[in-house]
Amino acid sequence: MLDRNHVITAKNLSRADIETVLDRAAAIERDPPDRERHAGRLLGLCFFEPSTRTRMSFEAAIKRLGGDALDMGPVDSSSATKGESLADTVRVIAGYADALVLRHPSEGAATMASEFVDVPLLNAGDGAGQHPTQTLLDLYTMRENAGGLTDLTVGIMGDLKYGRTVHSLAYALTKFDASQHFVSPESLRLPRSVRYDLHEAGAQVREHDDLDEVLAELDVLYVTRIQRERFPDESEYRAVAGEYRIDAATMERAREECVVMHPLPRVDEIAPDVDATPHAKYFEQAHNGVPVRMALLDLLLDDADSGGAAGATDDSVNGGER
Amino acid sequence: MSERDDHELRVSKIQDGTVIDHIAGGHAPDVLAILGIDSSTDEVVSVGMNVPSDRLGHKDVVKIEGRELSQDEVDVISLIAPAASINIIREYGVAEKHRVERPDTVEGVLSCPNHDCISTEGEPVASRFAVLDDGVRCAYCETLIREDLAEHISV
Ligand SMILES: [Zn+2]
Repeated sequence: MLDRNHVITAKNLSRADIETVLDRAAAIERDPPDRERHAGRLLGLCFFEPSTRTRMSFEAAIKRLGGDALDMGPVDSSSATKGESLADTVRVIAGYADALVLRHPSEGAATMASEFVDVPLLNAGDGAGQHPTQTLLDLYTMRENAGGLTDLTVGIMGDLKYGRTVHSLAYALTKFDASQHFVSPESLRLPRSVRYDLHEAGAQVREHDDLDEVLAELDVLYVTRIQRERFPDESEYRAVAGEYRIDAATMERAREECVVMHPLPRVDEIAPDVDATPHAKYFEQAHNGVPVRMALLDLLLDDADSGGAAGATDDSVNGGER
Repeated sequence: MSERDDHELRVSKIQDGTVIDHIAGGHAPDVLAILGIDSSTDEVVSVGMNVPSDRLGHKDVVKIEGRELSQDEVDVISLIAPAASINIIREYGVAEKHRVERPDTVEGVLSCPNHDCISTEGEPVASRFAVLDDGVRCAYCETLIREDLAEHISV
C-alpha cells in the first residue's frame, strides 16, 4: 500500500489507502494486537524539531505493537549541528531501524529523505508543508463522530496559510467529496499551491471571513491556532484572533451534531466552556493518534515483511475487518 | 512549420551553431540568461529583438556561433519560450530543426524561491521541478512558480 511504502503527503493517499488505515485502526481499538506482533522491530525517531506529543504518540504506537523506538535525541546534541546533511543522517539511522519517522523544519524534507532510504519513512511534519499522519487521525475522528466521511460539510477555521495540518486535511477531504468551507482572516487564507491542488482535484471549496456565514451548515468545525508570531505587532494579532475564537455560546448557533476538532495545542481559540459540550472531540482526536499510528506502522511493517508494497496489502485489508 | 521568414536574414548567417527562433518578443534576454551568456561571454552571439513575425506578431531570434545546445538547455528554454524552434546549423545549412517540447520535469536548472525548502539547504540533491501547463512546481516543497521563471534559473 501507499506510495513506495512511505507516507509523505496526504496527496499520495488514495481513498482506498485511507480507508485501509482507518479500518485497521478501528480493528486495533476493538481488539488490541498481542504484544508479540512486531516484537524486535525498531522505529527510528528523527525529530529535528521538538514535538513531544507527536514523538510520544509514535513511541507509544510501536511499543504497543511489541516493537521499540530509537530516538536520535534532541537536535542540539545530534550530528545535524555538526553540519551533517539530513540525507546522511537518515541513511545512517535507516541502517539501524525498520522504519523511520521524520520531523524537520524544512519543507520537502520528508520527500528528499525518502529518496535516500529503503525502509518505510513517515513524515511527521515538514515545516509548513505536510503532516499526513495527523490527517489520518483527523479523518478517523470524523468518521467515528460525524457518521462517516462521505458528503460531509466541513468548516476549517484559523491559520489556513501556514497550517500544514489544514493543507493535508483539505486535500484528503476532496477524496470523500466533502464540501469545504475555509474561514480565516484575509491575510491567512490558503496558499496558492494548496488552492492549485484543490482546484485540480475538483474540490468544492468556499472561503469566508466570518464563521457565522456557514456555522449552521457544518457537520465538522476544525479549528486551528492563529500564531502570534505571524503578525508584526501584538495589537494586529489581537484584532484578528478575537474574530476566530469560539465558545459554548458560539456553538449554540451550530447544528446539534456538529463536531468540533483541533489538532492541539490550543491557546484560546476554543474557550474551555466548549470542552463540556457534546461538540468537543479534540481530546478524543489526540487520543486517536495512537491507534491510527499503530495501524499505519502495522501495515507498513507487514508490507516490509512480505518484501514490498504489492505483497500483503490485499490480505491485510481483508484480515482487518469486514 | 513551413513558414518562410525572410526577417531571419536581418542577422547574418552563421557557419556552425544554433539558431533559436520564434522566441516571444522581448524574451531573448531570458534565453541568453538560461544559456549563461552575459557581457563576459566570448562566444559570437547575434540577437534580434522584436522582429516582425507572421506567427507571433513580434519575435526574438538568438544565433550562437559554434555551439549546439544540450537537451537540458532546450528543456529550460521551452519553459520560457514554448513556441521556440531550435535550428542546428552545420556548414551554413539547417542540419536539424525542431520545436521545443516541454519536459515533464526539469532537474538542476531552476532554484526554488522558498527559503524554507530542503532543496536550498546544501543537501546532496539537485533541484527538481514538475512542469505544469502554466508554470513549474518544486518537487520537494511544492512551491509554484508561474511568472518570471528566468529569475530562478540556476544553470
Ligand atoms: Zn522547493
